Amino acid sequence: MHDFLTGPLFWIALFVCLVGSLTRFVLYFKGLSWQLDRVAYTTYPQAGAKGAFRSIYKWLIPFGTRGWQTQPFITLGFFGFHLGVILVPLFLTGHALFMESKVGFHFFTLSVGLGDFLSWTAVVAGTFLLIRRLVLPEVRILTTWNDIFILLISIAPFVTGLLARYQVGDYGFWLNMHILSGEVVLLAIPFTKLSHVFLFFASRAQLGMDYGIKRGGMKGTKMAW
Amino acid sequence: MPQGIYCNRQTINTPDEVNKLLSDTSGNNYYQEMKDLDVDRDLLWKTIEKTCKSRMRTWLEICAHCGMCADSCFLYEVNGRVPEQVPAYKIQSTLGEIIKKKGNVDNAFMRRAMKVAWAECTCCNRCGMYCPHGIDTGIMFGYLRGLLYQQGFVPWELKIGAGMHRAYRAQMDVTDEDFVETFEWMVEEYEDDFPGLTVPVDVEGADIMYTVNAREVKHYPEDLAEAAILFHLAGENWTVPSKGWEQTSLAMFAGDWAACKMQVESVYDAMERLKPRRMVGTECGHAHRATVIEGPYWAGRKNGLSPAPAIHYVEWLAEALNTGKLKVDPEKRIKEPVTLQDSCNYIRNHGLKKATRDIMSHIVAPGYFIEMAPNKEHNYCCGGGGGFNGIGKFRKERNIALIKKRDQIIDTGAKLVIAPCHNCWDAIRDLEEEYEIGIRWSFLKPLLIEMLIIPDHFKPEE
Repeated sequence: MHDFLTGPLFWIALFVCLVGSLTRFVLYFKGLSWQLDRVAYTTYPQAGAKGAFRSIYKWLIPFGTRGWQTQPFITLGFFGFHLGVILVPLFLTGHALFMESKVGFHFFTLSVGLGDFLSWTAVVAGTFLLIRRLVLPEVRILTTWNDIFILLISIAPFVTGLLARYQVGDYGFWLNMHILSGEVVLLAIPFTKLSHVFLFFASRAQLGMDYGIKRGGMKGTKMAW
Repeated sequence: MPQGIYCNRQTINTPDEVNKLLSDTSGNNYYQEMKDLDVDRDLLWKTIEKTCKSRMRTWLEICAHCGMCADSCFLYEVNGRVPEQVPAYKIQSTLGEIIKKKGNVDNAFMRRAMKVAWAECTCCNRCGMYCPHGIDTGIMFGYLRGLLYQQGFVPWELKIGAGMHRAYRAQMDVTDEDFVETFEWMVEEYEDDFPGLTVPVDVEGADIMYTVNAREVKHYPEDLAEAAILFHLAGENWTVPSKGWEQTSLAMFAGDWAACKMQVESVYDAMERLKPRRMVGTECGHAHRATVIEGPYWAGRKNGLSPAPAIHYVEWLAEALNTGKLKVDPEKRIKEPVTLQDSCNYIRNHGLKKATRDIMSHIVAPGYFIEMAPNKEHNYCCGGGGGFNGIGKFRKERNIALIKKRDQIIDTGAKLVIAPCHNCWDAIRDLEEEYEIGIRWSFLKPLLIEMLIIPDHFKPEE
């Protein structure tokens, strides 16, 4: 079981995730149309790139935009959750060792304390997002079972990972569950709302180009949109 | 019954057809017939397959259902924060459902979608700035309006409005002759006060080609005279086209894209014919949006530009004041608390906030200009944008929508509101009528005329 999860299934999940995401990313931009979207994308590449860049990086900074500033609680929840789900999979020491064994190199690693902290942050913030979904009427009306499912499969690797880390019960079982749930996330990324992992950049870039080229960027406005 | 006599999928193309629809008072028969109007599902789905591409599909797909757009929507705020007014819900439950069901929706669905598209969204695009994923719901509502229009599910006044553009190339039944005659007549009225004042019609190669809103011709002709006086005092070499003078587009509010193209091409034809150095449009927000921002794309111009460079009235006025072409008498500047309405169509959607602030710095004595909160790109819609002002069926909803602007104005303490946009101006007039908060409202032109230093050679001989 463990060999299958860390062997063939790992490679399949990684392949599907990367190829699927890349394909959709390319298709997104191929599907943009100057006439339907009413944005002269190719005529003003510089203004477009400036708008796209600003639109992306401002939203990546906590409290970098008015949207983040006006809603501090969800901003903290979002960034707490996303810091965990991005940093831990890539930079946890255990993951680095696994990566080393698979591809022969690894990125820098997080200290054990920081890894624990970020994992807990992801679980706590994820739970906060789930509760928010169910409690606030303006979010509940939008919520579908799919949203809850996506959130649960995103938190699952952290819960199972922490159970394995603290060796609650059967370590081997939790480790396998942890790997499996991580691979489920990889497989889900190109086909579900998790596609926002990469489509966030595409969509923000599009709106940034729209404003940067057509709706004020070339009039000197420096909004983050 | 599939197609009604008044309410159907046909476009209105001639003055007779316009009159026929107008004869149905308040659209009573029109809306009655709409209850039985069938949905051409094949057409609906085919249109979507052809025109709904990656940008919008992705928006609908990756919407995280986080609800962060809720607080950005003034209609959500003034309607008791009911969840049905959350922008993401409004679009997912209309356009989102149509796509999910591959166009397989019924009459009741379409009528609700019509209400949401025209009475629950003014296409102000504010929510787009508050979405982490950059989802611009206002753009999607514009698109949805096009689908609804194509199926005949469009408010009566906007069906007429789009028809007016098709029949007259103007939003009202104002002919080219009416326009020129009215302009000339109004200028004559002021000739004695401003010797040499004229309205140069169809002059080739002028520095400025001026375009207007047909309402000015029909209901506020003094606005035309004021424009002429200001160009005259600024020493501008200007002209108006006898054809292609109408800058507005109710067709844009209606979602009649073919009529949008016809209308804007009439203005572009005038540009090609008269070859002005640039075009200046009147104090209207959506007219600028239609002719300058969106129009080039409707007309198939890949560079996104009109044939001649085109600017908004506030850009011209700011330039005239900044360069000293027009000089304000400091004694006559506004010396009372005054605030400014930022039009969504050219502030949020075209970045012209500096021009209007420059103007305020010239015409208001220091310390009297009070910004609304929030302002500039973050300002709220006046409450009547996107066609909302003109729809009788949704008047009650529109009046509720005015509450946000009412409260914003009250909070400034100002008794004078400057609104360089026809739609905003109307909405602010209506909110005073409805809520009586004791304010006055004005375009820029009449204020400027009262406070300019008029050089001696422009004055009448004693």
